[in-house]
Amino acid sequence: MSGVGLYASDVFALARKDLRLELRARDTLPAMLLFVVATLAVFHFALPTGSGDDAAYGMLWIAIVFTALLGLARAWAPERDGGALDGLVLAPCDRSAIWLGKTLAVLVFLTAAEVVALPAFALFFAPIGLVAVAGVVLASVGICAVGSLLAAMAAASRGREVILPLLFLPLAIPLVVGGVGAGISPDGATFLSFLGLYDVVFAILAWATFEYVVTE
Amino acid sequence: MSSRNNTTLLAGGAAALIGLAIVLALLVAPQDANQGVSQRIFYFHVPIALTAYTCFGLGAWKALRLLWVGGERRDIESYSWIHQGTIFGALTLITGSIWAKASWGVWWDWRSNQLVLFLVLFLFYCAYFMLRFSLEEGPRRERISAVYALFGVALIPVSFLAIRLASDFIHPTAFNRHGPQMTNSMFATFCVCWAAITLLAYVMYRVELLGKRTDSNLRELRELLS
Repeated sequence: MSGVGLYASDVFALARKDLRLELRARDTLPAMLLFVVATLAVFHFALPTGSGDDAAYGMLWIAIVFTALLGLARAWAPERDGGALDGLVLAPCDRSAIWLGKTLAVLVFLTAAEVVALPAFALFFAPIGLVAVAGVVLASVGICAVGSLLAAMAAASRGREVILPLLFLPLAIPLVVGGVGAGISPDGATFLSFLGLYDVVFAILAWATFEYVVTE
Repeated sequence: MSSRNNTTLLAGGAAALIGLAIVLALLVAPQDANQGVSQRIFYFHVPIALTAYTCFGLGAWKALRLLWVGGERRDIESYSWIHQGTIFGALTLITGSIWAKASWGVWWDWRSNQLVLFLVLFLFYCAYFMLRFSLEEGPRRERISAVYALFGVALIPVSFLAIRLASDFIHPTAFNRHGPQMTNSMFATFCVCWAAITLLAYVMYRVELLGKRTDSNLRELRELLS
């Protein structure tokens, strides 16, 4: 098998492991689904009557970011609890494959939550256009790419669950700008290309630096 | 010992230069026709902001060197630069806020892109300290801190773009494509202030580094004794 093929098979094996674990234990995904719907219900009462679709749209992004945080906080729990991360680091595969596998697994969880959240949002609040959905997709890639690396940092620290949102939220601000802009601005394409730029810049950075986060 | 003497000398120089900068900015530079006396805070606000960027950049550079070639001292250097950057970032927020009150009548204005950017950076680098102090001391902490510091310099342009996209642009622009928008004596004052603040940051960095090194030397000695 070629180098790229081998790398891809490592990545998919790692992502499949996470998905299979989730299928067996159901630790994360049901919590994320329930959380995102509950958040939208809370937002209905938090928004004053007549505050408009734009305000509701901002709330959707808060729901997405916090749901992602919920998933990310548990992203490295199986490795941490089982002490499996050392084994993974010692395994004869590129360490960035561990990051990419985790990013894919978290992306699957987040996408599942969004598949529930977006129709629920359209039902409860306001209709969603295609550009807005494209914004959600692009921002989700960025959230998972950056989030899985930060979650690995947080998992190594004493603070764990407390530290992760502190690390993640400042980095998520550009994603929220891009996502909200794609939804409510008439010039959605600019915001979509900005989200694409963010994804590329931070995915490369995370891919290149992940090795330093997990090696002892 | 010579490094300590140098630092004392540099500190004296920084104090003198800051004094000169204050005199120039408050008494010598001409009054701005539009903004009046409140414009004078610009001579400190902008150099402080530029110095904060420089500190964050140098912190990231040391972090990159740490990941590239290793070396425990680079971790302390990176940390010290980021510490200075956060101090000057907080000062930027304070001086910017004062300026906003004087020229727009409010302490905070979300339309001021630079201020919002500094708020994002300030939050980001505060999290750096939270992360750092929550990790066990050792090579892993050095590397994780370094990676996070590198994310910081990537965040600066990306956030800048994001905030630019998110709002209209009303922050007064001191520099544009046609060069600095000020008279010669104002520009000279600005340069002196910039030099003074940069030197101050460097002295603070040196002092902190000295403290950290003394600290680690002391710890080594104590371990040897016990």
